[in-house]
Amino acid sequence: MAPDATYASAPAKNGAQITVDTLIEQGVDTVFGYPGGVVLPLFDKLYDAPLNFIIPRHEQGGAHMADAYARATGKVGVVIATSGPGACNLTTGIATAMMDSVPMVAITGQVRTDLIGNDAFQEADTTGITRPITKHNVIVKDVNDLARTIREAFHIASTGRPGPVLVDIPVDVFVAQCQPESIASQIDLPGYKVRVHGHSRQIQLAAQAINKSQRPVLYVGGGVIIANAAQELRQFAKKANLPVTMTFMGLGSYDQTEPGSLDMLGMHGSAYANFAVQESDCLISIGARFDDRVTGKVKTFAANAKIIHIDIDPASISKNIHVDIPVVGDAKLILQELSAEVEYQPRKEWFDKIENWKKKYPMGFDNNSEIIKPQYVIKMISDMTKGNAIICTGVGQHQMWTAQFYKFTKPRTFISSGGLGTMGFGLPSAIGAQVAMPSETVIDIDGDSSFSMTLQELATAVQYNLPVKVCILNNGHMGMVRQWQELFYGKRYSKSSLISPNFANVAKAFGAAGYLVEKKSDVKPTLEKMLAEKGPCVVDFHVEAEENVWPMVPAGKSLHEMSGLDILESMA
Amino acid sequence: MKHILSALVQNKPGVLAHVAGMFAARAFNIDSLVVGRTEDPELSRMTIVVLGDDRVVEQVRKQLAKIVTVVKVQDFANQDVVQRDMMLISVACTPEKRPEMLALIEMFHGKVVDIGPKFVMVEVCGPESKVEAFIDACRPYGIKTLARTGSIAMPRYNKADEK
Ligand SMILES: Cc1cc2nc3c(=O)[nH]c(=O)nc-3n(C[C@H](O)[C@H](O)[C@H](O)COP(=O)(O)OP(=O)(O)OC[C@H]3O[C@@H](n4cnc5c(N)ncnc54)[C@H](O)[C@@H]3O)c2cc1C
Ligand SMILES: Cc1ncc(C[n+]2csc(CCOP(=O)(O)OP(=O)(O)O)c2C)c(N)n1
Repeated sequence: MAPDATYASAPAKNGAQITVDTLIEQGVDTVFGYPGGVVLPLFDKLYDAPLNFIIPRHEQGGAHMADAYARATGKVGVVIATSGPGACNLTTGIATAMMDSVPMVAITGQVRTDLIGNDAFQEADTTGITRPITKHNVIVKDVNDLARTIREAFHIASTGRPGPVLVDIPVDVFVAQCQPESIASQIDLPGYKVRVHGHSRQIQLAAQAINKSQRPVLYVGGGVIIANAAQELRQFAKKANLPVTMTFMGLGSYDQTEPGSLDMLGMHGSAYANFAVQESDCLISIGARFDDRVTGKVKTFAANAKIIHIDIDPASISKNIHVDIPVVGDAKLILQELSAEVEYQPRKEWFDKIENWKKKYPMGFDNNSEIIKPQYVIKMISDMTKGNAIICTGVGQHQMWTAQFYKFTKPRTFISSGGLGTMGFGLPSAIGAQVAMPSETVIDIDGDSSFSMTLQELATAVQYNLPVKVCILNNGHMGMVRQWQELFYGKRYSKSSLISPNFANVAKAFGAAGYLVEKKSDVKPTLEKMLAEKGPCVVDFHVEAEENVWPMVPAGKSLHEMSGLDILESMA
Repeated sequence: MKHILSALVQNKPGVLAHVAGMFAARAFNIDSLVVGRTEDPELSRMTIVVLGDDRVVEQVRKQLAKIVTVVKVQDFANQDVVQRDMMLISVACTPEKRPEMLALIEMFHGKVVDIGPKFVMVEVCGPESKVEAFIDACRPYGIKTLARTGSIAMPRYNKADEK
């Protein structure tokens, strides 16, 4: 993507034109954004730019759309907002992308350079506000730095451990004419280095440890998806004969219909994954960051295992847990090299043991209930789409059940806010994913409270005729909060239920299709109708009000000290 | 334990905010932070004294290195370094006390930089411990004002580095 050499002799342009041209040069074809005073010069140049432009109904929605666009494609998502309130509205979306390592470039307008610091109209210290929630941010005060800075933003956002980069551009920089030679200026980042090749000695040490191990477990995270390394992971796991558990963010990196899959680990992970990790003698972590939702009590986490940690971010290594064999670099390259060094070991005893846990504590729910169980709906969606849909979610119980009961088979098909846990992510992220993948089935499995946070984006789906499907698992509560109150606050359900409108009617008012489902026997036929809809569609499932997510590792407990094992056992 | 980190940073607006903000956001403790220009006009050096065990300081070092505008970070923990703090201190001192005071200043290789009927202002430069000791020595006289820099540091010549 080297800029054209003819730039050097190009005529001067204004900053707004440079912004548009540099976006296009960086391979951008889709932009999410909302106008406002200081970005009007930019929007004027966007008027006839060859870009697919989506206007959300709230800048937060725009940021989530750009984020999901990036998660679905691996490309950099782009969002534009005006100064002050526009930029402030982006923050939840930027922080969401930051926590989940999503490549995104946010462009914000800023008040005139000479007014900065004067409490000018719609002024906010955008770089100050977003510093801790971006991988990098910068304000451009000279139009001659603009092209280079935008190139740098894309480079930083998309390489190494990806993340959001914000470029703040004052309105006078948008209208200033640049010197032609500045248009060609290339990135200059002496402080930004990415190590992609793993140290060969470390790789050898890792291979030796794996070959020697009797009870190994692969613990795979979002980094494998980011690295586009699902194929390499599969080859490696098969060659060395290793069981694979995934983090929430790693779901989709390994086909869950494979017998070697232990599904998700962690607080709401499967019992068999958690037991396997706790008993393993060699834990191989690839692109995962030992999050507290995964480790439970750190002291007792995989206490008898040699821990190998493959990660592109050196700061990720030994941050939460002491690592025995760190390998810094890109998961794809390291997996290729590691595959060459590992040998097949049968490990029959170990696999038998795992199989027993799987039989004893399968993921289950009361399938005979007359009331619609939320897990039932998800399992039905999983069976009907056979892993061939892109699934988005809000945050809460429905999100965890989706992680537990949808069988993911391919990377980039599960789009959910893991690190920040942002309610309201579901619908806008489904829209962003649908924009990126127009011919895929995109389903937002949402909660009634989460959906209520950003449901105005239904208007966006209708305006651009994006056929997103929303399945609301409506339990009339903030279910996840209610579960904690039930278990840890003596059932004092303090401020955790909402009275919601009829979401099917809401959908219809927006111009989308809407269905209300109250009977179990209507679930399947309505899902069939939903999947056949050509436009956006909302289905409001009235589900069991007080269902809980099991198993659960209570806060502060060790990973194997799960509650709800008896319930799983009774459903085996 | 105290660690001295030396970071070469780009001479750009916002760099200090990035560094200071990272420390605050990650709840790392800064004992002192000094920024100044270097021989290269594009670069500044930040010398940061951090409190924490080795594991914490290793995280600090990595997080610092991650900041895009930070070019290079060194931890001087296991190195023989020259460390200097500088202080200006104004001490109560009447003309009668001057000889005694001057002897004290001499002992610490300090310099009198201003003098008045009721005080002397002294410049002291040296390792942190020396600066601290001088402060303690001045207390009985009465300290009026005190301004200190944090530490700057540089490793000493080491034969092994030449290989
Ligand atoms: C209500 C709720 C409950 C949750 N419960 C659970 C749970 O039970 N289990 C669970 O797993 N999670 C759970 N989560 C999600 C959890 O909060 C974290 O988001 C998740 O565990 C982090 O996943 P990860 O470790 O894969 O890291 P990610 O956040 O996906 O980070 C990716 C890692 O990969 C590295 N990386 C990036 N690119 C590359 C590359 N090219 N090569 C190598 N490495 C790379 C990064 O440096 C980083 O360390 C829950 C979230 C919520 C909201
Ligand atoms: C923006 C935001 N505010 C608050 C929370 C805290 N929180 C986590 S889950 C949850 C309840 C979610 O309820 P709902 O969307 O109905 O999903 P359910 O748990 O019922 O499936 C709340 C309030 C959050 N994660 N995000």
